[in-house]
Amino acid sequence: MSDALGFFFLLMSNGVMIGLMYSLIALGFVLVYKATDAVNFAQGEFVMIAALAVALSMLAAGAPLWVAVLIGIAGMIAFGFALERVVLRKLIGRPVIAVVMATIGLAAILRGVGPTFFGAGTKNLPLPISDEPFILGPLFIPPIQVLGAAVSVLFIGAFGWFFLKSRKGIAMRAVADNQQVAMAMGINVQRYFGLAWAMTGIVSALGGIIWGNMLGVDVNLSLVGFKVFPVVILGGLDSIPGAIVGGLIVGLVENVAAGYVDPYVGGGTKDFAPYVLMILALMIRPYGIFGKRIIERI
Amino acid sequence: MFHRECGVLKTSYEADMALYPLPIARWTVGALAVLFFVVLPLTLHEYYLSIGNLVWIAVIGALGLNILVGYTGQVSIGHGAFMSVGAYTAANLATRLDSPWPVNILAGGLMAAAVGAIVGIPSLRIKGLYLAIATLAGQLIIEWIINHVTFISGGVQASIEVPRPRLGTIPLASQRQLYFFLLAFVVLAIIATLNLVRSRVGRAFIAIRDQDIAAEIIGIDIFRYKLLAFAISSFYAGVTGVLYTYFLGIANYEQFQINVSIDYLAMIIVGGLGSILGSVLGAMFITLLPIVIRLSMEAFGGMFLEPQTVMNLIPNLRLMMFGALIIFFLVVEPEGLNRLWRNIRNYFRIWPFAY
Repeated sequence: MSDALGFFFLLMSNGVMIGLMYSLIALGFVLVYKATDAVNFAQGEFVMIAALAVALSMLAAGAPLWVAVLIGIAGMIAFGFALERVVLRKLIGRPVIAVVMATIGLAAILRGVGPTFFGAGTKNLPLPISDEPFILGPLFIPPIQVLGAAVSVLFIGAFGWFFLKSRKGIAMRAVADNQQVAMAMGINVQRYFGLAWAMTGIVSALGGIIWGNMLGVDVNLSLVGFKVFPVVILGGLDSIPGAIVGGLIVGLVENVAAGYVDPYVGGGTKDFAPYVLMILALMIRPYGIFGKRIIERI
Repeated sequence: MFHRECGVLKTSYEADMALYPLPIARWTVGALAVLFFVVLPLTLHEYYLSIGNLVWIAVIGALGLNILVGYTGQVSIGHGAFMSVGAYTAANLATRLDSPWPVNILAGGLMAAAVGAIVGIPSLRIKGLYLAIATLAGQLIIEWIINHVTFISGGVQASIEVPRPRLGTIPLASQRQLYFFLLAFVVLAIIATLNLVRSRVGRAFIAIRDQDIAAEIIGIDIFRYKLLAFAISSFYAGVTGVLYTYFLGIANYEQFQINVSIDYLAMIIVGGLGSILGSVLGAMFITLLPIVIRLSMEAFGGMFLEPQTVMNLIPNLRLMMFGALIIFFLVVEPEGLNRLWRNIRNYFRIWPFAY
């Protein structure tokens, strides 16, 4: 195999892995949007704060990994419920800008809370896996990426099952489809809103552990959140398979674009290319590949 | 302002639409003009005037954003980028062609308006959340282009030094001179916005905000008016960018990143969507917030904490206060400071009687 082709495959494999890890974070966004019609501009900050909680319970409190992970997940579930109860329930039925700005405000708070209460330095989040990449011909695949992709696929499968088969999942789909009718059918809509935010908390905690291990845990970890928007717009804001497909597309495009374009423009293509793609998607197919088309009536 | 409309009967539409409903309104505006044009600049120290200048710059941007978000109902998270378009247009004109400031300001505004209208094109097909994300993409893409195209920015991470504006032959170098310069633009912007929102165009904007399909049915060309709203709003943003560049003396893309877009959105949320007084109050509030936090922490923080801790705490405290305020206003007082002011005024209007 020639070097050029090998380089291309390296970029592709990296893109697939990173893309699946984006899917995991995007899943948190999709879950909330699907169930509550609210958008979470603080998704990246959720990931950051979860990673901080896990890293600190390991480093400062000396907890073993599984305890730390449980603390992180439990903390994020509580946070999700509390957030829905205190802030977002008050904003139901208000214009889009209200929810958008509320989550942006939340993002600002979390970015301030992180360094204030957990310290500003970058922390390691050690996982018991080796740093040695798997070498397959031209491909170098770090084990953390394999783990991330696996967790991502696992959870997306689990949520797929949850929405299709479980009683709670079906109720949640009913809430997403039409809140009034769901209420008339005896579904406690507000409880499911809380549940959706708690599920986002779980996903964010897992995303935080994996991304925190890769990038190190500090405020900048929240920048991962910026990748969520291209992913969900491409896949469709309310589609779980869309999160996977969108994540894969974004991962592939940004890696390939960065591999070939970065040397000429001085870097930064990774942050730029997904958004160009997203603008194109918005022009051609604004509701994404799998998204539900909204029909408006007066 | 404080006045009682006892016995005021409006008998024509002109009277109802008048900017000064009563003679006393004219007097209050006159008193405010004396305060801001004479009393403050002659009494305050240069440092406080520089804070005032920041406030005036923010007022213009907030007014522009409120036209788009508050009056037309189109969300934009890209106003920081529109400001950078204005700033870099003016900076390039000023350094390459040595053009005078009126040309730079106009060109910066018009260029920003053109870019804003282009970013606003998706608003025909998408709205609400999708539009918010599309403008966010606009912000990131414009930022990247400006930073990476050497012709515009002079290279990655570079900044352009801009000469001070000149009135005749006098360069406006001191904060006091800039204060008058900026205040003139604030007055222009407020008058223009007041007149815009009570015109045919402004009423079309409001109709689109309230229900865009219904607006289209009664004969408003929504594509044209949405783009017009983006263009007008971006024009204000472009002028803000140029003025900020003149204030700083350099054009640098870091001054116009996404947090700036968010700051301006926060101003109009805190001030009140769809309100001119609200834009002004919100701009003052959000601009003064970090300064007040810093000053009060420097003054009182040392009593309880180590000096180094205080220094580290200030930026984080600013972020937390900022976020908490946005959420507080959204949940508790969605109509913002404007509504608080109205409540106070209504209380005093009938005071000391109960009703």
